Amino acid sequence: MSVLGVAAVLALSAWGLVDDPKLFIRTALNGITLAALYFVVASGFTLVFGLMRNVNLAHGSLYLLGAYLGFEVGQWTGSWLLAVAAGFAGSALVGAVLQVGIFRHMQGQDLRQTMFTIGLSIVLADLMLWQWGGEIYQFDPPEIIYGRLPMPLIKVYPTYRLVLLAIAIVIGLVLWWFLNRTRVGMMIRAGVDDRAMLAAAGVNVQAVFAITFAVGAGLAGFGGVVGGTALSISPGEDVRYLLASLVVVIVGGMGSISGAALGALLVGLAEQFGLAYAPTYGVVFTFVIMVLVLAFRPQGLMGRAA
Amino acid sequence: MEKQRRRFGRSIIGAAVALAFAGAVQAQEVIKIGLLATLEGPFAAGGQDGMRGAELALKQKNGMAGGKKIEFVKGSSDATPDKAVNATRKLVEQDKVQIMIGPLSGDEGIAVKNYAKSQPNVTFVNGSSGAQATTLVDPSPNFFRFHTEGAQWMVGLGEHALGKGYKKMYLIAEDYGFPYSQVQGFMASYCAKGGHIVGKSWVPLGTKDYASVVSKIPSDIDAVLVVLGGADAVNFLTQYEQAGGDKPMVGGTITVDQTVLNYKGKRRDSLIGTPSAGPMSDSLDTAEWKKFVADYKANFKDGFPSPSLFAYLYYVSTRSALEGLDAVKGDLSGNQVKYRAALQKLSYKGPAGEVHIDENRNGVGTTYISEVVKMPDGTLGNKVIKSVPNISQTLGLSKAEFQKMGLGSRDVPNCP
Repeated sequence: MSVLGVAAVLALSAWGLVDDPKLFIRTALNGITLAALYFVVASGFTLVFGLMRNVNLAHGSLYLLGAYLGFEVGQWTGSWLLAVAAGFAGSALVGAVLQVGIFRHMQGQDLRQTMFTIGLSIVLADLMLWQWGGEIYQFDPPEIIYGRLPMPLIKVYPTYRLVLLAIAIVIGLVLWWFLNRTRVGMMIRAGVDDRAMLAAAGVNVQAVFAITFAVGAGLAGFGGVVGGTALSISPGEDVRYLLASLVVVIVGGMGSISGAALGALLVGLAEQFGLAYAPTYGVVFTFVIMVLVLAFRPQGLMGRAA
Repeated sequence: MEKQRRRFGRSIIGAAVALAFAGAVQAQEVIKIGLLATLEGPFAAGGQDGMRGAELALKQKNGMAGGKKIEFVKGSSDATPDKAVNATRKLVEQDKVQIMIGPLSGDEGIAVKNYAKSQPNVTFVNGSSGAQATTLVDPSPNFFRFHTEGAQWMVGLGEHALGKGYKKMYLIAEDYGFPYSQVQGFMASYCAKGGHIVGKSWVPLGTKDYASVVSKIPSDIDAVLVVLGGADAVNFLTQYEQAGGDKPMVGGTITVDQTVLNYKGKRRDSLIGTPSAGPMSDSLDTAEWKKFVADYKANFKDGFPSPSLFAYLYYVSTRSALEGLDAVKGDLSGNQVKYRAALQKLSYKGPAGEVHIDENRNGVGTTYISEVVKMPDGTLGNKVIKSVPNISQTLGLSKAEFQKMGLGSRDVPNCP
């Protein structure tokens, strides 16, 4: 079954390469760079879920909130880098407050958490519409990363999209380092495996939770600014990125960072190839992938069976 | 026990009857009008401005029409038909509005028109949605559209593009009813006079990442026809520029309107000179238009530098509904028959020309062809190049000719 699928994808790719190599390579690059954005947002989502089993359905709102805060700071200081930092810090702070103030009191109550985060996302969406209106916001990155880079075969490619890819790779590596090489990372991993045991070992589990939630939320806000620079920011983006994150982690496996990377890659490529080769039905591709994964590997490609 | 329950039941009925009477008394004093626009999704900016237009129309009448106080009950959708119908249902069935104004977007209009058939006692006035089919195919007797629609708005732009020497163009448009209509309005005359649309990309509404669509644009064309709106248009325009696209553009009605020209962020001057067409233009030089703009600016400090298309259309729709109420002195009795007759006969000078409707209850009016210019205050705006008056829904063709062409769709018209 999977052999057949891989063969079909390879055959189609070969046809695409022969038919119009430029379009094929560009589309592939577009898919990978879009995947980079999805990875940044979804990695925070999956991090939080992995440790706390908290499906944070307000993750998209944190994305949009970080983007708006970043825009304000960017306008005020004129620096894009500060805007990125503000996006991360702003959402991280909100995330930490949410964890300490609210989620700590609903530990292990999945349904309550889910209902609460849905409610929160609706309230936040209205508050943001009130504050920032329905306008479209675009960031103003430094000239040096905004132009075009000469590339072999396809002549030029937007620099910023490649920067986005680099950012995602760096974030992936930093997350890996953070989880595998630092003391807090070790605690987080231990917490994923056995929360009760970790607490019994004398670790302040609540502090670990708060840090994780802050990092996860911060990544959403960070994604808001870097994503808003590549595309744009307007009301409704919260739902879009929540949905994208959900699909990515369902495909990749809940709680797995490498799964988020793989899921983001599949979803990004599916979206871009769909748009280039079958624009009308392209949207379906993403969900076909999700359905197939749920049918044959319900825990996700890199997920562990619950 | 049994007796008690019965008494309880009786008092409930009594209370309900009392409430019903209270409702009837109140209805004499206040007329509730439902107001639906998109405050979420790709047209959120437009929806917000549409609300401003509607409020302005009511403010100009001091909140009264036909001697009664008017109360708006607002609803929101996200440009999808099901959400629009749900929000309309809520306003009509729960909030009991007597007149409904909305929705904003093409396919929403078709869905709400179909719903209107199941509510013959309520009068529906279209907000700003511009799909042809809403009033052309199987119209509903209680659904009125006082402005012209998507295809009418593009009449004359095809000739203008040919005049600029654009003989071969590539089309990028959203995949739903309104852009189908817009593209038909453009292509009907563009194709007939020798232009070629060499390829079409229909993308889903709300597409953010246009990188792969941009990759598909062939290099041997004269210009790109872009029929996208709101956030979609901004995303396409920046990404096209980022990818090194240098072909001139021709825009649909909402591609280069105020919501798009005034996004928050660094201004990009590459849009200057882009022609587009629509039922209004920022720089109309009539007393009515100038008053409209002045009133808009005075009332909405947080609004756009100049009212957007949606503000204008919602203004015309709301004002028509209110003028109709004035004409019948607020009398909505007899299933609103008198009110609807008054709406049918309505004719007044709006901000951008005469407002009146045809036998399908669809607006007949002027289309303005304009180009993007830098305004004296540094913002971007549209400057009128010429106006094409009195455009009917058959785009100036006879009924037979129009029917031969058929309604606009992905493949109609076609001239590769």
